[in-house]
Amino acid sequence: MKRTSVKSTDTDDRQRLNKPRGRVNAYFTHHLWVLVSSLGVLWRTPLATLMTAAVIGIALALPTGLHVLLQNVQQLSMGWEGTAQMSLFLKPGVPEKRIQSLADKLRGWDGVAEVQYISREQALAEFRELSGFGGALDSLDENPLPAVLVLRPTTEATEPAQMALLLGKVQKLESVDLAQLDMEWVRRLSGIIEVGKRGVLLLGGLLALAILLVVGNTIRLTILSRSQEIIVTKLIGATNTFIRRPFLYTGFWYGLMGAVLAWLLVAILLGLLSDPVSRLSFLYSSEFSLDGLELETVIILLGSGIALGLMGSWLAVGRHLQAIEPT
Amino acid sequence: MIKFDNVNKRYPGGHEALSGVSFHLKPGEMAFLTGHSGAGKSSLLKLIACIERASRGNVIIDGQNLTRLKNRHIPALRLKIGVVFQSHNLLYDRTVFDNVALPLIIAGYHQSEVGRRVRAALDKVGLLGKERVMPITLSGGEQQRVGIARAVVNRPPLLLADEPTGNLDPALSREIMGLFEQFNQVGVSVLIATHDHDLISRLDHRLLTLKQGKLERDGRTTELQTQK
Ligand SMILES: Nc1ncnc2c1ncn2[C@@H]1O[C@H](COP(=O)(O)OP(=O)(O)O)[C@@H](O)[C@H]1O
Ligand SMILES: [Mg+2]
Repeated sequence: MKRTSVKSTDTDDRQRLNKPRGRVNAYFTHHLWVLVSSLGVLWRTPLATLMTAAVIGIALALPTGLHVLLQNVQQLSMGWEGTAQMSLFLKPGVPEKRIQSLADKLRGWDGVAEVQYISREQALAEFRELSGFGGALDSLDENPLPAVLVLRPTTEATEPAQMALLLGKVQKLESVDLAQLDMEWVRRLSGIIEVGKRGVLLLGGLLALAILLVVGNTIRLTILSRSQEIIVTKLIGATNTFIRRPFLYTGFWYGLMGAVLAWLLVAILLGLLSDPVSRLSFLYSSEFSLDGLELETVIILLGSGIALGLMGSWLAVGRHLQAIEPT
Repeated sequence: MIKFDNVNKRYPGGHEALSGVSFHLKPGEMAFLTGHSGAGKSSLLKLIACIERASRGNVIIDGQNLTRLKNRHIPALRLKIGVVFQSHNLLYDRTVFDNVALPLIIAGYHQSEVGRRVRAALDKVGLLGKERVMPITLSGGEQQRVGIARAVVNRPPLLLADEPTGNLDPALSREIMGLFEQFNQVGVSVLIATHDHDLISRLDHRLLTLKQGKLERDGRTTELQTQK
């Protein structure tokens, strides 16, 4: 047996210390190796890995799916808001000419796209047709309906605050008896959507906690099953950082896999819903169709999956690694 | 290299495993540590690797006083000490190569350097052909040699062994001791705990004898023959 290998200690050590670049390289190579090998370890128990990833995936898919659906409803209701209009019921006895000039004046206003004049006679005819109370009206001496100016705002002016401003302005007009916003319920719907979004956020928070627990517990079991290995590496001189690394990367992979699974689940859900929604909106002669996942949502989904995986394993590692010491 | 200064080790529960132990092992020296079962041999080695802490007195390794050593500095100390155990403490889900490479990877060596050094260490213990083999397929003696290769692969200045020949037959045991002597000849300080008097009486090294936690005798292994 040779002895030379041991003798060369000094020169080798000097070589190693004199090449910081090599050292940094070795550091990154090591990180990459741990990243890949921790995936390899997960790969060797595909069923267990898939189950953990599935739990995370479902937990992430739930708030993500709800978020996307709410966003679609919001999109839809914004389309309706575009049809928002204002009815100005005019005082009785305002002469036709004044009404025409008022309509012209309103057309010149900012935020007003269109003004339609419905004379008292037109209103009566319409009412007769729609209500079926024609006979009752005939018994009246006089037409009880006021003349109406229907005001359609421009798309930019459909915002709630602007509409309220416009409403205030027209209400002050002398000939106007009563001004009324016709699409109040759209406002209410968007209020409900806001509440829904808040709810999704809360649900997301709870499920994030669940993911932390799931990842934490899985990593805890991994740590316990590998305690012998941890003891040996500690004896050889491994730092806590070194020992922690593979477990953190394992958490990273769980989080990433869970997030990708969630992405798939939501995409499948949207795919399944898109046909019936299209058919439904066709019936309502609307061109609405379901929007898929936005890039931003996907990035947030992947990011939070990874962050939760890392955090869960960090918690487990912090709690359980210290306790495993050689004796 | 190793300096014990009136060291006591009391385990929780009150049992005093070591009491008033003082000795000095110079750099490049080789010594055996012997004594009956429960005499405190393992405890003494654990104090050196900072697996346990002394209850009283000072343990100084390579100029470093372990009594005041902070926990976060323990890994750096252990990188300077090669440890061989009776049970080989190999990782059985990794190849022989990966087992031996572990200290180098911990120390942050470059990959090409790792390969070179691992092969050199395996060559040294006569296992060069077994790099890709799983340790479980090796015999007890071979596994012990993998453990030794791992202990010396990053060329620590100090080598500790706790009953390294405990499970081996006499011929294999002599071979293993021969390996330790070779490392000592190139300047590594070596301390080996063993109760195998037959084996070490054939060698000529310093011998520390423990009896119920006290250092009873500081002599030579050759004296064991005359005692018989
Ligand atoms: N972790 C421990 N806790 C309590 N007592 C221990 C512990 N380790 C060893 N001992 C006791 O210390 C004494 C010395 O043990 P040890 O150092 O293992 O002796 P040896 O290696 O010479 O057989 C024994 O009586 C043993 O029971
Ligand atoms: Mg012992």
